[in-house]
Amino acid sequence: MSVEFHHKIHDTLADANLQLAIYTATGRLKEKRIEAVASDILPDYQELRSHANAIKKHTIENLDHYLEEFERNVTAHGSKVVYCKDATEVADFVLGLAKQRGARLIVKSKSMTTEEVDLNERLEHHGLESVETDLGEYILQLAHEKPYHIVAPALHKTRYDVAEIFTKRLNVPNEVVIEKQTAIARAVLRQKFLAADMGISGANFLVADSGAVVIIENEGNARLTTSAPKVHIAVAGIEKLIPRAQDVATFLKLLARSATGQLLSVYSSFLSGPRRPGEVDGPEEFYVVLVDNGRSRLLPDRAKRQSLYCIRCGACLNTCPVYRKIGGHSFPWVYSGPIGAIITPQFMGVTHEPGLPFASSLCGACAEVCPVKIDIPRVLLELRSDVKKAEAREGQNRIEKVAFRVFAWVMSHPRVYEMAGRMAASMAPSPDGGWIRNVPPPMNIGPAQAWLSQRDLPPSPSMSFREMWRKRGGR
Amino acid sequence: MSRDHILHRVRTALGRSAGQEPAPPPPVRLRVPEVPRDLRVSSFIARLEALAGHAQRVPSQSAARDLVAAAIAGRTAVASNSPYLAECGITSLPGVRSGIRDVNELRDACEKADVGITSADYALGDTGTLVMIASPAEARLVSLLPPAHIAVVPCDRILTGLDELFTVLPRPADQTSSMVLITGPSRTADIEQILVRGVHGPGQISVFLVE
Repeated sequence: MSVEFHHKIHDTLADANLQLAIYTATGRLKEKRIEAVASDILPDYQELRSHANAIKKHTIENLDHYLEEFERNVTAHGSKVVYCKDATEVADFVLGLAKQRGARLIVKSKSMTTEEVDLNERLEHHGLESVETDLGEYILQLAHEKPYHIVAPALHKTRYDVAEIFTKRLNVPNEVVIEKQTAIARAVLRQKFLAADMGISGANFLVADSGAVVIIENEGNARLTTSAPKVHIAVAGIEKLIPRAQDVATFLKLLARSATGQLLSVYSSFLSGPRRPGEVDGPEEFYVVLVDNGRSRLLPDRAKRQSLYCIRCGACLNTCPVYRKIGGHSFPWVYSGPIGAIITPQFMGVTHEPGLPFASSLCGACAEVCPVKIDIPRVLLELRSDVKKAEAREGQNRIEKVAFRVFAWVMSHPRVYEMAGRMAASMAPSPDGGWIRNVPPPMNIGPAQAWLSQRDLPPSPSMSFREMWRKRGGR
Repeated sequence: MSRDHILHRVRTALGRSAGQEPAPPPPVRLRVPEVPRDLRVSSFIARLEALAGHAQRVPSQSAARDLVAAAIAGRTAVASNSPYLAECGITSLPGVRSGIRDVNELRDACEKADVGITSADYALGDTGTLVMIASPAEARLVSLLPPAHIAVVPCDRILTGLDELFTVLPRPADQTSSMVLITGPSRTADIEQILVRGVHGPGQISVFLVE
């Protein structure tokens, strides 16, 4: 575990207000999801999950086919598809287009993919104004922070934080009433929408047979982003493909329920190309930017490529006992929670934050709620193995290796095991309030200390199982 | 730019060759239940009201017109070019602008109006959803920019739900650049999970379902 990861976790755990905010918000989302998928409301929930999984599996296994079909159909509607292999290519394309069109102001709707490629920072570096328009994302942009949660980006901010940010950055009087804060943002952003030269959105789904981009939202900012400016650019990861428009029904039923407990989000937009002849409004130009940025690296591994099925609902975050304690900003990249723990090492390389796949109790709650049935614990185990292999290649952790050899030897020799057990029991420190919380000096250093800093042990029993067994006559 | 590079990487990783047909995809899963019209209507009303929208069944087009007139009372409204609204006599109500075909004019009018009035191509009974298909008759901004949205929809356009919608419209992109499903008023819970309506889209939505 890197020092930074360790510190962020400890800072979050030490902040009582933050702990309460995370716990309350995720708890509420978690309960709403449970209500929305209850069997009296959605009797075929499990079937829908299996079906969604089957569609994603099929699409990823034939991804090149569906990318090309999508491209053909998008082009037929008068739009353009641009493939980008990394963050630089995405920024270069947007910057080039902005220059050609003389664009200065860009409105953006929520997109994790653009967060991933730091698009705002790159555009602003070149003198463009790029404004986030989702309320949570807007607050974070003003505060210069990254999203805390895939679905509820400003989950960690209270109304008082928002009041401070708005006063400082928008020169408005201090306002702590949430309705009024929302009205302030609406008024400021409305002017941006109407003046913007380009709109950049993400995409929840890319529909191959229709060449369509599907965008799901509650506020209406994505609708404004994609209909008010003359140019609409949708930025999406290549894994967002699904084969048919008719498959959208399955995913719509699962996504909002899993994310926020709604039956459907307020707006589900199904967009295919620029305004057509006769239509009164809509963009004049429509681009779809297909981003790889590490995704194709996941494809060769049959067990791990299921990580690409994710539809970014955030249900695994809300249910994860680890996320609910350490929060979103402890995670080393824009994706947090269980899904972040499996995506980040695969996109950035396992050595980016080797502690990440281990920051889990493998309790399986994430897999249970995943609407597309990603077996997250399984992928975490695969990644743990990858981390250890990488460390071995780099000659790291020799001590750990030796320790495990010794452990294996002890475990496979019953007499040695028994002796070791007796020794450990006789040396065990006295419990503090029923639990062993630390080991006495000089042993409380290095691995022993690190291990016990996260765990308490029950006191050792007066008699081992083997001793009890023998005492009873071995029966 | 990187098109061929990315497609090549994807193919190699999956062990596929260029132009190789995929195995057949899982069958489409659409289940359309038999729901009597009255139940579709009452379900639509219950669902939308649960989201703090307003929905009401009205006996005739003229009754719908009178209700819309009372709802806008003294405020300004922009109506879409839907022939159904004209048929109901809504486009000629005082304070209602309609027939706009120029995008700049429409944007300006919608930005200033208190109410946007549209019809809808379909409605979904099991979720209280309006289905808006962009066309010469229905612009996108009318249901989006004004702070209140009124929709006047014939009862027989109410489908059971999503599965029926995608059965009726297997490929929406064939006929429009934009199909939007609207389920309740615009909302957010981004600050402290407190629900606020009317963030960027309309905070009020009223639907009149005409017999």
